[in-house]
Amino acid sequence: MPTFTDRTWLWFAAACYLAGFVLGTLAVVRERRLSRVLMYFIVSAGFALQTFGLYLRGLAVKGCPLGNTFELFQFIAWSAISLYLVIGATFRLSLLGYFTSVLAAMLTLLSLSFPAWDASRRVNIFGGNAWIEFHAALALFSYGVFALLTLTSLMYALQVFSLKRHRLHGLFSFLPSIRELDHISLRLLAAGAALLTASLAVGAVYWVEDTSTVNITKLSVTVGVWAAYVAVLILRLRSRLVGKRLAWTLLVLFAAVLLSLPLVGGGQASAVAPAVSAP
Amino acid sequence: MSSPVFFLLGASHHRTPLDLREKLALSPERLPAFHQTASTLPGIRELAVLNTCNRVEFYGTADSPEAVDRLREAFCGFQGFPAGTFTNIGNRVAGQAAIEHLLTVASGLDSQMLGETEILGQVKDAYAAAQERRTTGPVLNRVFQKAFQHAKYVRTHTAITEGQISVANVAVDLAMKIFGDLSTTRILLLGAGEIGEKTAKAFQSRGAGSLTVASRTLGRAMELATTLDATALPWEHVSSRLSEYSVVVGSTAAPDVVVTLADAEAAIKKRSADPLFFIDLALPRDIDAAVAGLDNVFLYNLDDLARIADENLAARAAEVVHARRIVAEKAASLWRQIEPQAGGGL
Repeated sequence: MPTFTDRTWLWFAAACYLAGFVLGTLAVVRERRLSRVLMYFIVSAGFALQTFGLYLRGLAVKGCPLGNTFELFQFIAWSAISLYLVIGATFRLSLLGYFTSVLAAMLTLLSLSFPAWDASRRVNIFGGNAWIEFHAALALFSYGVFALLTLTSLMYALQVFSLKRHRLHGLFSFLPSIRELDHISLRLLAAGAALLTASLAVGAVYWVEDTSTVNITKLSVTVGVWAAYVAVLILRLRSRLVGKRLAWTLLVLFAAVLLSLPLVGGGQASAVAPAVSAP
Repeated sequence: MSSPVFFLLGASHHRTPLDLREKLALSPERLPAFHQTASTLPGIRELAVLNTCNRVEFYGTADSPEAVDRLREAFCGFQGFPAGTFTNIGNRVAGQAAIEHLLTVASGLDSQMLGETEILGQVKDAYAAAQERRTTGPVLNRVFQKAFQHAKYVRTHTAITEGQISVANVAVDLAMKIFGDLSTTRILLLGAGEIGEKTAKAFQSRGAGSLTVASRTLGRAMELATTLDATALPWEHVSSRLSEYSVVVGSTAAPDVVVTLADAEAAIKKRSADPLFFIDLALPRDIDAAVAGLDNVFLYNLDDLARIADENLAARAAEVVHARRIVAEKAASLWRQIEPQAGGGL
């Protein structure tokens, strides 16, 4: 039996997400409703494979695999999928599985397509401290929540476009209602902001003890992301930022978050080592 | 001795104008009596009667073609309808063609409103009534039960029933795209016109939360509100209470705009993040067209709704060939099972 590396398993996972994307697109083009159960199964299979790949990587690096851009993209995709598996089963939003598989396919394939992103990784980024590791994992998980929030915002923007322009066929005919999307987006926004707040609170305890342990760029970017999402949440709760403008704000915000990822990709004063491919 | 015949005898909207259909239709009081009489005619073994506003059709098995003729004459005599005219406008087929017809009817492919779903319930009722009167047997049981399965198959595997094709139902579908479940949605009907009333009823039939009627004449509003089990709102309060409603249906005969841009702006500001949906069914229009430009406000007028209904109908029509092919395959398959028991011709 061939020996698969962690990257091989992550390729398999990406193939599952890609399959969800292709099947979903074919269904939309043919104006047929894709079975939610089938999509859930495909995404679940991808999630299981990705979990195994990240588990192998975690064993190899002896910690949470968050040491380079490749691992960050993989972890965000994994977080978004894990959340979808809960939300998809609970809220049964049509097309969310399709959009999630599209996002996961993009993030995972993009990260796998650039070997340079995984050519080296920072070591000892958590300094052997489980709380700092927890802080980092929590922060990245909140990014996963924001990824899913981006999808629901995108679906919201598409639904508004559809209803305003009176284009109701094709993809638009399967979108959930505006009210449902608004409700789920608000919950995701609140959950993401809460997780990131908790993550920063945990990180702050150690940062206050020794400010030299934190890269100031990373800190600034993370606090900036946190402040932006919290500000959006407050504006939404006060009904100052709603509807289409809220959706577009969240889309732009997440694009900025993705672009800023390389800036938060490692810990302060950590050495750079070749990436490990675990069997 | 010839083989029993599985037959269809009847008339439908395709070749029978409304004035003749009125004469052919069996009233609810007379239908049981005729059904019972017909089932005891010599040579009639099994019988089910499908009696709707668009068709009167008899499905059954008979010992011979002559028994089917006796049924036709008995029916025309019972209704006082000229037998010759019935022969000209009617449909009389046997075997696979009769099965295919039943499947086509049950699938909504033969309906006046292509793809409508009410007909399947009517076919089920006809079968249930025949069972109750003990006029079904092995052939009808098999054919009808399979017809229900195949009709559902056609609906789920083609787009024949997708998209609403009446203005009122299109409006309700759009509201569901905005609000999802309508059970918590408040609807305000402006004016007491017929199309507004139909739309209000369509909302109620799809579970709308509450309905309020406002008309320039409070008495008329109260009258309609009573009919619709709704509440009435004095006309002068419409503007100030607009924000309390998620869906506003305009159907007045007012010569000028009833809901201005300023009214809509003020309403949406009070509605937090919840959208506002205006349905303008009036001519001249009740809702200022400029409200469509407001964020979180959606506006559809009569032309918009009619165009969507037409598009949906065209989409259904495009599926007819596919749906008929499925029906033909299913009918052929079913006929192979039935032929040994009722393979005779007319």
